[in-house]
Amino acid sequence: MSFEAFLIVAAILFCIGLYGSLARRNVLAVLMSIELMFNAVNVTLVAMAKYLAPAALQHDISTVLTGQVFAIFIITVAAAEIALGLGIVFAMYRTNESVDLSDATSMQH
Amino acid sequence: MLFQDIVFWLLSVMAVGGALGVVMVPDLFRAALLLIVVFIAVAGFFILLSAEFLAVVQVLIYVGAIAILIIFAVMLTRDVQRGNLPNRLQIPAAVFAALLFSALVAVASDTQWKFLPDIERDKVDLVQTHSVTTLTGDVLTGEGITGAEDQAEVQEAALADLLISDFVLPFEAVSVLLLAALIGALVLVRPDPRRGRG
Repeated sequence: MSFEAFLIVAAILFCIGLYGSLARRNVLAVLMSIELMFNAVNVTLVAMAKYLAPAALQHDISTVLTGQVFAIFIITVAAAEIALGLGIVFAMYRTNESVDLSDATSMQH
Repeated sequence: MLFQDIVFWLLSVMAVGGALGVVMVPDLFRAALLLIVVFIAVAGFFILLSAEFLAVVQVLIYVGAIAILIIFAVMLTRDVQRGNLPNRLQIPAAVFAALLFSALVAVASDTQWKFLPDIERDKVDLVQTHSVTTLTGDVLTGEGITGAEDQAEVQEAALADLLISDFVLPFEAVSVLLLAALIGALVLVRPDPRRGRG
């Protein structure tokens, strides 16, 4: 259970999420893939907070919590993102009768 | 340490397998359920990384709120005939993700990380594990932290203090962002008054 192992598992999660968000046609699958990427980033941040030494460690030990604070902010932004994203999905479903991204062409000129 | 290694590998298999399921399974509802498996595995990672508060937040917000919202959305907008199909970008996306992965692995293994010195390890673990609780002097003495200055240092380090001191500006900004996003979501799903019903 080394630091690099955490980084690599997080990288695998992030790349699967990236693949899913680019290669799926359903909006909800894309949103789920984006959540996967958020989680991968959170794992990376918290692993760095645990294993790496911040420069200001000698003056203030609470700097070792910085990674956790960043993760909290990311979770909040993810909550905002999913609320807006699902709002857009419902609006799209109402106008297109479909949640397929290849049907969402009304903004093309 | 061996036990932690076993748990780590189990959680890794759970997370990676679940994530592969999310992007591969044709049934969207099952994909949403597999997403919950990934979220729980990530909460387990947080516990292994001594971020217990984050693990609880992960279960509450991701499993309790976000996953349930996604499942609601899947059931309300279900495209039964088509399911979770890939688009034309499938091969370029896979190539791009594989390239990014190899770049990330190269960075993770080549960088000279500045690791925490082992003498600080116990103290840092205590601070991170008890980021939302105040430790009494007895507990700290039991953990081997005896000096009065060291004890005060560990007791004063807390997530809530950081959020309202060093990070107060991002904290306020993110609260305004959340409010704006929720109002925006309400406006988006409001029935159009010109069309009568939504």
